[in-house]
Amino acid sequence: MSVPVTERVVYDGTPEGTVELAGTWRDPPGLMGSLSAINHKTIGRRFIVTTMGFFAAGGILAALMRLQLMRPENDLIGMDLYNQLFSMHGTTMMFLFAVPVMQAVAIYLVPLMIGARTVAFPRMNAFAYWIFLFGGLMIYGAFFLNTGPDAGWFGYAPLTESEYSPGKRIDFWAQMITFTEVSALLEAIVIITTIFKLRAPGMTLNRMPLYVWAMLVTSFMVLFAMPAVMLASTGLITDRLVNTHFYRSGEGGDPVLWQHLFWFFGHPEVYLIFIPGLGFLSAIIETFSRRPIFGYPAMVLALIATAFLAFGLWVHHMFTANLPELGKTFFTAASLLIAIPTAIQIFCWIATLWKGRLNFRTPLLFVLAFFFILLMGGLTGLMLASVSLDLQVHDTYFVVAHLHYVLLGGAVFPLFGAIYYWFPKYTGRLMDERLGQWNFWLFFIGFNVAFFPMHLLGLYGMPRRVYTYPADMGWGTMNLISTLGAVLIAISMLLFLINVVRSWHKGTSAANDPWGGGTLEWSIASPPPAHNFDVIPVVHARYPLWEALKTPDHVVGLAANHREQLITSVIDAQPDYRGSFPDPSIWPFISAVAVSILFIGSIYTPWAVVWASIPVSIALIAWFWPRKKETEEDLAVEKSP
Amino acid sequence: MRGLIVGGLVMRGILSAAFAAGLAALPLHAFPQTANLQNAMQPAGVQAEKILDLGYLTFIICTLVFIAILAAFFYAIKRAPRADESTAAEVSFLRETEPGSKRAVLLAVAISTLLLLVLLVADVFTGRALSQMPLSDGIHIELTSHRWWWEARYTADPPSRMFTTANELHIPVGKPVVISLKSSDVIHSFWVPNLHGKKDMIPGRTATITLRADKPGVYRGQCAEFCGYQHAKMALLVIAEPQEQYDAWAEQQRRPAAAPTTASAIAGQKLFLGTTCVSCHTVRGTSAQATLGPDLTHFASRRTIAAGTLPNSREHLAAWIRDPQKFKLMANMPSSPLSGDQLQAVVHYLETLK
Amino acid sequence: MIQRTTSENSAALDVAELPSFAFGHRSPMWWGTMGMIAIEGTVFVLAIMSYFYLYSHSTSWPMTTPAPELLWGTLNTAIMLASYIPNHFAKKAALRLDLSGVRLWLVICMLFSVAFLTVRVFEFTALNVRWDTDAYGSIVWMLLGLHTLHLLTDAVDSLVLTVLMFTGPLEGKRFVDVSENCMYWNFVVGSWVIIYAVLYWSPRF
Repeated sequence: MSVPVTERVVYDGTPEGTVELAGTWRDPPGLMGSLSAINHKTIGRRFIVTTMGFFAAGGILAALMRLQLMRPENDLIGMDLYNQLFSMHGTTMMFLFAVPVMQAVAIYLVPLMIGARTVAFPRMNAFAYWIFLFGGLMIYGAFFLNTGPDAGWFGYAPLTESEYSPGKRIDFWAQMITFTEVSALLEAIVIITTIFKLRAPGMTLNRMPLYVWAMLVTSFMVLFAMPAVMLASTGLITDRLVNTHFYRSGEGGDPVLWQHLFWFFGHPEVYLIFIPGLGFLSAIIETFSRRPIFGYPAMVLALIATAFLAFGLWVHHMFTANLPELGKTFFTAASLLIAIPTAIQIFCWIATLWKGRLNFRTPLLFVLAFFFILLMGGLTGLMLASVSLDLQVHDTYFVVAHLHYVLLGGAVFPLFGAIYYWFPKYTGRLMDERLGQWNFWLFFIGFNVAFFPMHLLGLYGMPRRVYTYPADMGWGTMNLISTLGAVLIAISMLLFLINVVRSWHKGTSAANDPWGGGTLEWSIASPPPAHNFDVIPVVHARYPLWEALKTPDHVVGLAANHREQLITSVIDAQPDYRGSFPDPSIWPFISAVAVSILFIGSIYTPWAVVWASIPVSIALIAWFWPRKKETEEDLAVEKSP
Repeated sequence: MRGLIVGGLVMRGILSAAFAAGLAALPLHAFPQTANLQNAMQPAGVQAEKILDLGYLTFIICTLVFIAILAAFFYAIKRAPRADESTAAEVSFLRETEPGSKRAVLLAVAISTLLLLVLLVADVFTGRALSQMPLSDGIHIELTSHRWWWEARYTADPPSRMFTTANELHIPVGKPVVISLKSSDVIHSFWVPNLHGKKDMIPGRTATITLRADKPGVYRGQCAEFCGYQHAKMALLVIAEPQEQYDAWAEQQRRPAAAPTTASAIAGQKLFLGTTCVSCHTVRGTSAQATLGPDLTHFASRRTIAAGTLPNSREHLAAWIRDPQKFKLMANMPSSPLSGDQLQAVVHYLETLK
Repeated sequence: MIQRTTSENSAALDVAELPSFAFGHRSPMWWGTMGMIAIEGTVFVLAIMSYFYLYSHSTSWPMTTPAPELLWGTLNTAIMLASYIPNHFAKKAALRLDLSGVRLWLVICMLFSVAFLTVRVFEFTALNVRWDTDAYGSIVWMLLGLHTLHLLTDAVDSLVLTVLMFTGPLEGKRFVDVSENCMYWNFVVGSWVIIYAVLYWSPRF
């Protein structure tokens, strides 16, 4: 449309009106259209596929590590490559997969669950994806050019200072953090604002799905946790680039400062990964036990309590550094305390299953795996919470076992369940049940075979981050078993990939609601049209699809030819005003390119911050500057408060 | 009949947890006992023992909790009737308060909280016990970590009785050992699991660890904080021996190196003092006084080369000196320019440094 | 105002007569700005805590140099506090949808911007320490540098908005942008007061 549309056409419910509405919200076609896309489903799709790609890459890195470790004194992979492998594996999984994938799924799913047509800041959402992609591409490019990080995902100073890590390896790593944290922080703002301001009328906070609560809580945590690692990595960059003294003990700096700043981020980080998983669990359990989750208020409070407590645990990663003993005991208490809200959630889920009617499909299987795997991981976490026990098992394979049990049990298995669950909504086709069962069992068994022996290896003295170990330590057999488990996991992932590809093209068609779910996303077509909802529903219950309709049940009066989204009040979702939302734009993409140049340039010279900020400013101004056409269209529908 | 089903289901829950516990116990018996020498499950000293005691208590509590929760879980999923997508959802629960479930959840939370308190108290007591090991009549060692070896200075009163060694510590059985921990470069971590938990060695700070071996033996330790390229090959040996043997060892370590007597060893010493060796190593009693690398005064009394990388034998020593990079790539020791015969002479000399 | 129609559409909630923009926390832009404030506030808090951490681990503070000169920092604090006035009136004008008011007060805000950015340059020269002298110098430059980054981006944001209010294209939403910009400006000034106290006064006690 080159001529501004100045007449507002209200959506009338006819098929023609629906076509017009879809056209209004659709992304433009072609390459330029693709780079200018801002529809949350487009961005969400890209984001999910990209993060799963990084998951596969991280998995391949892990497989290589396991091949090296399967025999003592193995020389399959040399020392330098191995150190890069474990650093890239941790970096990929923590920065490029675990948190971004949760945000990506939320970007796709939250508007569908709350009855919205869009996210709150669609262009910033697009920018956040591009900046994430560029950061991930940069670090992998560096890795393939033998400039990948080799000091772990946690980059302890002073090992990461220039004297002990010459070259640009650590600079790329530190700057990758900037990329991914900017992305995550912006996505958190998008998710919070979407959840608070764009909910369908009547969806009070008390009626919001538990998954949406989980993403709201997670996003608040992001705002307060991620700045710590950004500050930490900025200090590391300046230490390396312009000779500041934050973490070098020579001129008054302190390596332990790095640890405090990093773990102040690092502990909440694992809850950023875990809490969305808890959200998936509630969503899947309620649908597959055909009943609401027991104890909704307790579940919400448990999420909030977990989020608060997560900020009070970070020193438990530093128990072996020389810190005052009394202080450490406080962190033991906090680390034990955080078990309580998670226990509440587990007990409420069991109570739900107890009185439910169970539909044993693949999504439920993955969720049930949580109860075995996360439970074990949580209990080894209690062991690690004790200072005395931690003194023995810190930095050993015991911790490797623990972290994989909690992260895979608490987040990855639920994520796979979520993929099987929402795949039909996303693609319009169901995934294959039989392949799903094979995928699940191979993954579950493979996981336990791979990671259980690591508890023992740690107790028997095997430290972490070692590229080899002597033959006479007696660790060979358990390492071999662990590698076999890794092979099983790899096969299960292959089955998953086959399932996804086959089902996408030839899977059974799915109707709106193949699982009989109760939340709003199941009321629209699979896959959803560009505008999600033909009419915004009015919600009167926690499970709108399970309960009888009440009047009014839908909204009228929004335009079909203009991007209008109903803005509602924060607590009670009362309709407040009709927001005009922006058209697709190439500027988020261009801005991301400009910002990437600034970030990458500053790896080489501090002056890059100065000269590269000029194209960045131009791009951001061009992004913000209103277009005449859009302004005229907005003015045509404008009504002041 | 129902009782049998319920019983069977609960048994399944218990069995799966027992499986996990059994997996834990199995390797203790199934796998080689050479895994004893760097093993937190084989305490040879009071600190490691107290930690393991706490470990067992925690393990028992956690296993019981695991079994209980899994049993409840399996019971729940087995007793619930089956459904499919078309089964109507039971929304009456939104109007009910489900008092039975509420009581069960509250009870479970109360029990969990109580057990967490037990763990907290046990941990506080263990921590206190670890810090209250009696320290009188002990020995003091200053351990400084380097990339990738350990420098040990046994302090004493008067200072003339101090001596320096590397990579292998001897300690008297039954006596407290106070080790001060420093780093010369990056963060390392001192860990000898048979004797105690680990403590980080952070540049710019001095930490202290106190331990005591109550059984004689050879205990292996390893650096437990990633410190760069050869973190994997930074091991150390702690040899606990009866007081007399320890005293004899310490006495020997205090002496400067004995002068070589055989022709080959004398030639070797001449070569040693004339090449690059002296830019890094000390041999007390000679002109070699550099401190960049391990002190070699009593090198032949040690069981391993290069912090546990190779056994200290003639062939391994020769191979090591010829090309250290082959065994420990990126270590600070360059390959030797000495020819075959010269190398043999130096090896003979080093063998005299007992 | 929501019209609940009573004709055959009793099942419908008619929102056609609702306004198309709103101020304050009713607007997503407010939440976005608050999100940025939360993030940047956290960075400042953590940087200040790092300052005191290094302080507590040091035997003397500053470590090897004299404390920063008070003149320029105090002058700048006064200028920034004074800028609250045009900022406040700009916001009031925006809430009234008063374009000429907004234009006037935004221009005055920009004059204050020029003033405090200029004085900020002098502040850097009067710190009495370089970023690479010691850890004290590093954290001082980090804190002042972080705040300066905010001053700069706030100045550029405000400048763009000021120009836009003269050139157009304009619509009601732009007044919301002005109002949120004012809120952000208050954050930049407010955070400075705390950082000023930390940088200039804590080494003197």
